[in-house]
Amino acid sequence: MIYLDHAATSWPKPPGVIRAMADYLESAGGNPGRSGHSLSIEAGRIIYAAREAVAELFHAPDPLRVIFTLNATHAINLALCGLLRPGDHVVTSGIEHNSVMRPLRALENRGVRITVVACNTDGSLDPARVAAAITPRTRMVAITHASNVTGTILPVREVAEAAHNAGALLLLDAAQTAGVLPIDVQAMGIDLLAFTGHKGLQGPPGTGGLVIGERVSIGQMEPLVRGGTGSRSEHEFQPEDVPDKFEGGTANGCGIAGLGAGVRWILSRGVNAIRSHEIELTRVLLEGLRAIPGITMYGVGNPSACTAVVSFTMRGRRVSEIGLQLDEEYGIMCRVGLHCAPAAHRTIGTFPEGTVRLAAGISTDSGEIRAAVDAVAEIARKPAS
Amino acid sequence: MPTGVVIFHTSSAAIRSEKILLKGGLTVKLIPTPREFSSDCGIALRFEWDEEANVRQLLEAAGVELASIRRFR
Repeated sequence: MIYLDHAATSWPKPPGVIRAMADYLESAGGNPGRSGHSLSIEAGRIIYAAREAVAELFHAPDPLRVIFTLNATHAINLALCGLLRPGDHVVTSGIEHNSVMRPLRALENRGVRITVVACNTDGSLDPARVAAAITPRTRMVAITHASNVTGTILPVREVAEAAHNAGALLLLDAAQTAGVLPIDVQAMGIDLLAFTGHKGLQGPPGTGGLVIGERVSIGQMEPLVRGGTGSRSEHEFQPEDVPDKFEGGTANGCGIAGLGAGVRWILSRGVNAIRSHEIELTRVLLEGLRAIPGITMYGVGNPSACTAVVSFTMRGRRVSEIGLQLDEEYGIMCRVGLHCAPAAHRTIGTFPEGTVRLAAGISTDSGEIRAAVDAVAEIARKPAS
Repeated sequence: MPTGVVIFHTSSAAIRSEKILLKGGLTVKLIPTPREFSSDCGIALRFEWDEEANVRQLLEAAGVELASIRRFR
């Protein structure tokens, strides 16, 4: 079997991740931050260690401003719904996932104004267009770090600069990039970093988070969920302290234990080494697919300017047919269709049919990439069914 | 020997402080917050009262937000 669906979720997970989750359930079973006995405190320590690991990976100065969520979508919703008010203006790009577009469209119905800045057909974004879309009412610029359809990396620093020049915040959706591209929230000017745990960070599903920068006023940010925090129990109002303000209810401790182990695994390997590996895989994949007659490729086509995500279509074939053949005849796991990103497919001209997406990861080797290229070439040679 | 406790607003801050003070060579222990100091159900950090100045200085240097430091028993 060849797993090329790392953009959906990474697999297999490092053994340390699974061990950390089992250890948490076996030996740290208390409710973190609630009870003050040894098991509760140990659970709290494991979660705090995960906060520190995340802060280290993203160069965030304060681990208490790492808010754990269920996934990147939850983190994006927290940032958007927590900060945007009727009358505010927000700028986003034409390559966004529905994790950004759907909460924005819902906010639009409540009086938030939205400008979607068009991307080029390869998914790239001109920061000057973002700067031109910003108005004095712009409260936030919300963009993805890299497209989940084409892998195209967006110019974060330049967009952050344009946002900050107008006094707006930058929200970055790092669902596709956390753990696979270097991210420094301070150097890159990222005020709100939304990440998921189960992709590049090698953690389990049901984990993710939002790193909140110093420019964001905690007092002005509303939580999505309110409830018990184990702190200031005498009050019936949600506390203002981070991380408790945004983490009402019992945390996914077991999942966060796994996430922490995944992040430490990334830190020990080094993001730059992971990135080099993925650039090489992407180069082999792009070169191989390009040589196949009848294939149309999408995205920038330069392994240094995209993640290890490659989208293509084949003349005269449905993407679902290609996906089924790759799975049934070659044991190759990929994802076809719209990838929860209709805006991105409109941008690259593949709406509503979608594309075949091959997404390599840290556990992929170049032999698997060559086998996938051979399989696509063989399918292309066969008559359409 | 008399002890003191550091009271925090969040358990995350208590755990963070435990790490800082242990690294600073102090003897500390996380305990349920004594009821006489707070109605919180959270955790507090117990230390030897002799070390109060060190505790204050280390936590201040690290920028930890704490509720109060109290003499315990």
